[in-house]
Amino acid sequence: MAHAEAHAHDGHDHNHAPAGIGRWLFATNHKDIGTMYLVFALIMFFIGGAMAMVIRLELFKPGLQFVDPGFFNSMTTMHALIMIFGGVMPAWTGLANWMIPLQVGAPDMALPRMNNYSFWILPFAFTLLLLSFFLPGGAPAGGWTLYPPLVLQAGDSFGLTIFAIHMMGISSIMGAINVVVTIMNMRAPGMDLLKMPLFCWTWLITAYLLIATMPVLAGAVTMLLTDHYFGTAFFNPAGGGDPVMFQHIFWFFGHPEVYILILPAFGIVSEIIPTFSRKPLFGYESMVYATGSIAFLSFIVWAHHMFTVGMPLAGQLFFMLSTMLIAVPTGVKVFNWTTTMWRGSISYEPPMLFALAFLFLFTIGGFSGLMLAIAPADFQYHDTYFVVAHFHYVLVPGAVFAIMAGVYYWLPKWTGHMYDLKLATWHFWLSTISVNVLFFPMHFLGLAGMPRRIPDYNVQFADWNMVASIGGFAFGLSQVMFVWIVLKSVRGGGPKASARVWDDTNSEGLEWTVPSPAPFHTFETPPVIK
Amino acid sequence: MSIQKKLAAAAGLAGLAISAAAFGHPESSLNLPVGVTPISQQAHYLHMLTLWVCVAIAVVVFGAMIYSMVKFRKSQGAVADTSIVHSTKAEIIWTIIPVLILIGLAVPATKGLIIIEDTRNSGLTVKATGYQWKWQYEYISQNDGKTESPISGVSFYSALEEKSNFTRQLGSGLDPNQVENYLLNVDHPLIIPSGVKVRLLLTGNDVIHAWWVPEFGMKRDAIPGFVNEMWIQVDEGKEGTYRGQCVELCGRDHGFMPIVVVVKTKQDFAAWLAAQQQASAPAATATAATTASL
Repeated sequence: MAHAEAHAHDGHDHNHAPAGIGRWLFATNHKDIGTMYLVFALIMFFIGGAMAMVIRLELFKPGLQFVDPGFFNSMTTMHALIMIFGGVMPAWTGLANWMIPLQVGAPDMALPRMNNYSFWILPFAFTLLLLSFFLPGGAPAGGWTLYPPLVLQAGDSFGLTIFAIHMMGISSIMGAINVVVTIMNMRAPGMDLLKMPLFCWTWLITAYLLIATMPVLAGAVTMLLTDHYFGTAFFNPAGGGDPVMFQHIFWFFGHPEVYILILPAFGIVSEIIPTFSRKPLFGYESMVYATGSIAFLSFIVWAHHMFTVGMPLAGQLFFMLSTMLIAVPTGVKVFNWTTTMWRGSISYEPPMLFALAFLFLFTIGGFSGLMLAIAPADFQYHDTYFVVAHFHYVLVPGAVFAIMAGVYYWLPKWTGHMYDLKLATWHFWLSTISVNVLFFPMHFLGLAGMPRRIPDYNVQFADWNMVASIGGFAFGLSQVMFVWIVLKSVRGGGPKASARVWDDTNSEGLEWTVPSPAPFHTFETPPVIK
Repeated sequence: MSIQKKLAAAAGLAGLAISAAAFGHPESSLNLPVGVTPISQQAHYLHMLTLWVCVAIAVVVFGAMIYSMVKFRKSQGAVADTSIVHSTKAEIIWTIIPVLILIGLAVPATKGLIIIEDTRNSGLTVKATGYQWKWQYEYISQNDGKTESPISGVSFYSALEEKSNFTRQLGSGLDPNQVENYLLNVDHPLIIPSGVKVRLLLTGNDVIHAWWVPEFGMKRDAIPGFVNEMWIQVDEGKEGTYRGQCVELCGRDHGFMPIVVVVKTKQDFAAWLAAQQQASAPAATATAATTASL
């Protein structure tokens, strides 16, 4: 893509970022806010990860050795809430903040002050959520799905949890609005929608999903709040309410939510695979349409999370068949990525390694997803470790690996320094091997009959639980390497990165036209795209 | 680098072969049990069918990926053919083929679902109520094909058996390996006959629970304010003890409310039921007498 990039050569120092703490507290620069989001997400990954370590420690062998069953339930609940709302979602918003203005040739996000606000809500929301550990009754322990009536048995943490979820929701909605407005209004002249890099496309669709579903979650948890404190009976059968209605509302949010977590990953992978195959993405438009189709389908499949609640046959059939349909656009994506590599010139730098691991392991998660869609078989899988294996395959080697791929892809652009490629390759192999040792045996456990969310189990499940725990500890430890590699690059270690960073002439993103590190202000004059 | 990749590919293939060999082995704990009811056998069939379809797709797709990854390496001098950017034909082919495969799966799945949801013509109706953290079973009625006759006075609670309960306490110092059927044993199991369609009514008393015995192939939620139903028909000749657990998070002791079902022959079941009714009858009379004398 040809372009005119004038301002980088005008001899003017663009790194006049404000100094001191004010730079971060009052940040309106998309790069600073993106950095804060990413740092926040990393911290949350480690907090949520520590909780996963507690879970795997307790499940290392049969019998209760370390924690009370109630605390165990808090661990599973908080692990999910923190990883989803504190880890993956802010990481995507961070990447969006950094990269979307750079990719569409905009000087910043469209609504910079709201951007500041949407970030700074998060530390408060999660501080509140984490403070619930110190309240009478402990942290929420009814599962991240918050099903009533169980969730209404929570102690003093209940109101705090609901409030924290509201804050996260507001933050997400504002972040999403910012993405939509930026993409719709601030593209450089000539940057047609169908010329945008796929990361912008998938994020645009994600943003619409967020705007559509976060208010639904807010409504659901508000009804829980009034049921708990103000004597309403939305979900209380004794008062004429309906506990199953909550599940319908929750999953109407919850299913699009899982695509909120994975669509930006599709975007990142769709950029990394072409770069390191030195070939344009195969079937760009079909990728966009496939993403749109997945987003549409995500709104009409929610009750496949609830096959066991006793829906009418027609309802079960509808949700089974519509769910199976998702395999079609998802398949199109996988085939397009594969064809992109076909007759390419492939090299294996860390971003590509993570993207390829994503390709294989997300596909495995897709296969187990198809199996789960088959309702008569789902009655066997439902709420077992098979489900745990499925969603961890799509979320960890799926979403999280794509985040890491994205960070390794753009880190030199952010810091101006190439990170330690050898160490990052080690990080990749350790992560990929251990993540499979961690999650693959969970398929076996579920099929053999181990329910999820239990702190102790029959001895027949002992072997694979021990294997999974060992994989878990290895995976957790491997992530310390990630912090080390990133910190080294941030602190100026490693060789200087060029503007294009990767030796490839095909990647079209405008981010490769600005110097590395990207100056504090970019595209003050819009680039012209032919 | 290339050696690493080859090793990884080899390890991946070996892993696939090992797991494929282990699937379907009768004593293996790696796979879904075939079970003892028509529903469980059907679930197992659909599970294996979908699994093999997925394995076949994986072999083709992963094969193409691995081939590309090995064949088109830059380090081996591969030059990119940048003209391959789009093919409507290819997109149509790989949209239609998956649709056909899905239809192939949807047909048996739909048939299976229709059978599962057909709870008519049951011979015995039992109600299971979930409590934090035990089950209650009430025998409601019997049907000999002509008339529905109520069963009265047969009802009991079914909770985790003592030995497991002592052992599972935090820091008990007891070894779970020494406890027979650790966490999967109860004081009073549910008793049902083989060869009879048993209709199970499910509800919850406090929070949502879910009733599941893997060998029976069906699980359903027990929800306060709702009565759900499911059916079990254990094949004749498959009498024995079957174990499962609550599978919907129901609070602190969710992991400690197992389900045990003892399947007896029709004759043995009839004898057991008669004994239960007799045992409860004098008690009921006595209670009535006590109430009257007050």
